[in-house]
Amino acid sequence: MWSFANPTVFLALTRRLLPWLALVTAVLFSVGLYMSFAAPPDYQQGETVKIMYVHVPTAWLSTFIYGVMALASLGTLVWRHPLADAAQKAAAPLGAGFTFICLVTGSLWGKPMWGTYWVWDARLTSVLVLFILYLGLIALWRSIDDPGRAARAAAILTLVGAVDLPIIKFSVEWWNTLHQPASVFRMDGPTIAPELLWPLLVMAVAFTLLFLTLHLMAIRNEILRRRVARLTMIAAAEGDPLSPFLTPRVARS
Amino acid sequence: MTPTPHLGFIVAAYAFAAMTILAMIAAIVLDYRALGAKLRTLEGARADAGEGTET
Repeated sequence: MWSFANPTVFLALTRRLLPWLALVTAVLFSVGLYMSFAAPPDYQQGETVKIMYVHVPTAWLSTFIYGVMALASLGTLVWRHPLADAAQKAAAPLGAGFTFICLVTGSLWGKPMWGTYWVWDARLTSVLVLFILYLGLIALWRSIDDPGRAARAAAILTLVGAVDLPIIKFSVEWWNTLHQPASVFRMDGPTIAPELLWPLLVMAVAFTLLFLTLHLMAIRNEILRRRVARLTMIAAAEGDPLSPFLTPRVARS
Repeated sequence: MTPTPHLGFIVAAYAFAAMTILAMIAAIVLDYRALGAKLRTLEGARADAGEGTET
């Protein structure tokens, strides 16, 4: 298993895996969207409940991706694995993107149901803090030139920020919030009708596979970025005045 | 036929999600193409330099 995390092996593996992963993701999204639009309306919310099929999977992903980044941070700090910081760096923009979708679709769901786009309740505020954490991590990666130092700093910030995950999860139980409590992952089972639950689960799997596909693609980009940086440094160290970034390559021929 | 209440909110939520996902996919694919082009240029330059040394 550990050998799959070797960058060269990883590139070969993703080359074979990505087309199939993208295909399965597209098929699952087609099925999930069909089931979502064929699902009956909620007895209270009517058709507005259809926003749930986008909002809830992205809400789950927003915390799941941060969990992946926290694990990758441990890989950077404890095991110093070559792919751990690439995985962490590649996940941050995706986490920010899915959290942004969660916040905006939640807001669009809140206006017709609650009468307001936004309230500063514990759940909404803690997810907004998560979004800001993602943006902070992206900024941190971009502000430090040395990739090793950037990886360690980002790993520490990620682990510190992980305290927000239980706050998000239990905010609806610890405080009196306008946001509803958990209705799927409960000790006494889901409280959603199966006709609404199944499309939600299919969409959740589709979104998770989409993240997996995009994450593998983004990690591959990070590996290539390091190769480009290494070759550029070698070219500069060799004092090549005809570096391809200084003069067009055609000038060499 | 009764129009769906709050249809605008439903359409806006799905459209926003689709646009954001497409933007993420496009960013990753364009980054991959740009990096691939740079890598080919650099490796080509190194290969040319190697051939030059040998001859």
